[in-house]
Amino acid sequence: MPETTYLEAIRQAMFEEMDRDPAVVLLGEDVGVYGGAFKASEGLLARFGWERVIDTPISESAIVGAAVGMGYAGLRPIAEMQFIDFIACAFEIITNYAAKSHYLWGAPVPLVLRGPCGGGVHGGPYHSANPEMYFVHTPGLKVVCPATPRDAKGLLKSAVRDNNPVLFFEHKYLYRRIKEEIPSGDFTVPIGKAEVRREGRDLTIVSYAAMLHASLEAATSLAKEGIEAEVVDLRTLLPLDRETILASVRKTNRLLVVHEDTRTGGIAGEIAATVIEGAFDDLDAPIRRVTSLDTPVPYAPSLEEYFRPSAAKIAAAARELARY
Amino acid sequence: MSSTSSLTREQHLELYYFLRLNRELEDQMVRLFRQNKIFGGLYSSLGQEAISVGAAYALAPGDWIAPMIRNIGALLVRGVKPREVLTQHMARYTSPTRGKDGTSHFGDWKVRHIVSPTSVLGDLIPVMTGVAMGGRYLGQKIVTMTWIGDGGTSTGAFHEGLNFAAVQKAPFVLIVENNQWAYSTPVEKQSALKDLADRARAYGMRSEIVDGNDAVAVVRTARQAVEHARAGSGPVLIEAKTMRMGGHAQHDGAEYVPRATREAWSGRDPLDRFEKLLTEKKLWDAKIKKEIDERIAREIREDVEFAENSPLPPPESAEEGVYCEGCHTVEAVWQRPKEEVMPPRSSVKAEWPLKSVSANGARPPAAKQEAPKAKPAKKPARAAARVKVKVGR
Repeated sequence: MPETTYLEAIRQAMFEEMDRDPAVVLLGEDVGVYGGAFKASEGLLARFGWERVIDTPISESAIVGAAVGMGYAGLRPIAEMQFIDFIACAFEIITNYAAKSHYLWGAPVPLVLRGPCGGGVHGGPYHSANPEMYFVHTPGLKVVCPATPRDAKGLLKSAVRDNNPVLFFEHKYLYRRIKEEIPSGDFTVPIGKAEVRREGRDLTIVSYAAMLHASLEAATSLAKEGIEAEVVDLRTLLPLDRETILASVRKTNRLLVVHEDTRTGGIAGEIAATVIEGAFDDLDAPIRRVTSLDTPVPYAPSLEEYFRPSAAKIAAAARELARY
Repeated sequence: MSSTSSLTREQHLELYYFLRLNRELEDQMVRLFRQNKIFGGLYSSLGQEAISVGAAYALAPGDWIAPMIRNIGALLVRGVKPREVLTQHMARYTSPTRGKDGTSHFGDWKVRHIVSPTSVLGDLIPVMTGVAMGGRYLGQKIVTMTWIGDGGTSTGAFHEGLNFAAVQKAPFVLIVENNQWAYSTPVEKQSALKDLADRARAYGMRSEIVDGNDAVAVVRTARQAVEHARAGSGPVLIEAKTMRMGGHAQHDGAEYVPRATREAWSGRDPLDRFEKLLTEKKLWDAKIKKEIDERIAREIREDVEFAENSPLPPPESAEEGVYCEGCHTVEAVWQRPKEEVMPPRSSVKAEWPLKSVSANGARPPAAKQEAPKAKPAKKPARAAARVKVKVGR
């Protein structure tokens, strides 16, 4: 099994899905000749041609709207947002039209909307967003945030085959920084299933995307101090795998939620509510959060580091929680 | 017979049936609204029926429409029955959306190729551009059509959608239904253009202006546009000039519309004009009119009864259908060999086949463009082959 980067896994998923099913097409800004701003679609145009790899005007609403229409016509479009920050331009048509289509009039929208999210690369306030919670609050959408190459590939394949609009947030910090061996044949990873990445007895750390890796790093250092953290990777935020979270908390009796998204309205709030509703009697300590600050993503490295969670911040919170 | 040639007597009578059915159905709904049997708002296409009916009449059976709120006539032409419209407005469980949405917000993507309207103006332009691109990709010779009001032309989605449609030469026809009022805002406050059709020029696409109260002119203009789009020559914008003869919705008395304006337009009612035409051309007589009118009255009566006897949805059904988990299949209907879009035949050199604009801004001689173009349909589909309606059965 070859070692594959997160970015290459995404490219492979699109490549293989387009090879498998001629109804799969890709559209977005600079996805064709240029191969995408991060080269996620490099080589796709050469292989699949102009009709299936469509360079579009800078029109996020039209990209999403046209992809919805292609879905009605029987295709399975993948639409790319060049940076996920720009998904805000298409917010209306995603939340008002695509998300409601099946509920209101029974028309499925087999759309994948993918793009690079997240900070840590000094992209500044317009190239570092984590906009997942706008969409987690929208029934009808699915929201996927993979943390590993294997999951990125398997979840993207599942998203392409899904009959619903799936928002697929690729953490750009991970694109070329992580590698793993992934199966060479066709495989999928189910949407809506969390995964326990590390077993532990003392507390549960729930996270996703780039912060999963910071959480695992924190867990490793905590282990040296005798604190065994269980780390849960959400993988999908909507639908949320509440059972896996509850099962872990029932085992460890302590919960820390970590996300790079800003604090207020982040998924940690929903997870805390889930645990209070479903496992209150199992808790031995208050639920803690480590999140980004409630500010826009600042540019200067010193500011951005202060803004985001880190392994050290996670470990510090986990230590306090374990001692409580 | 070219699809743009003149209408037969049968087609004239069929058009009358739809125009009258549109008018009578909406009149009936006003009565139901006043009886509190329609929840929420009720929007009217009074005085604009020729635009809905005439434009939809220009389409072939496999074509797609996405109506807007004042386009019940287009739904009727595409085979929607009054009971679907009535149950929908009355929020019944038997309605196309099972009470999930009201007004004319429903569709039938699978069979009749109707995409649901939305209250958010402009969205349907990129959506129908996408349907057109998708159909073309699959080798279908379809044309897609949607409508938008004068106010809707001010939205961002209108611009993004039309621009993309033009760049893609999508087989798409947009009817700009200029009824001069967006709620209480006159068109002069919406756009500095005298003719909204001029918006098309900015996108490099064809446009037409038509008298929206002249059903025959609407059919003729729409047929030409549909033929143009189907041939792969690009999208067309038709501005149909008309007047909203009621308020924005039933609650709105539209006192802001100058009396003189409304009076000037009251003499141009599309139904009156069409009836006069039928009489002048001796295409009918009082007996035929009576037969059609009685048929319409009977159909509406039966369907109102059906709707009134239908239950409201069971409350817990509110939870159903947020996601499609196996309840529908998404199926691409290929009308071209799939091999054309699969490697190795799809493989291309990944560089732009276009010559760039030269330094002085003048375009060099047109380079041969390798980007895909829809193959022109062999023959324009015949509009006459649409949903058959027997008149005067």
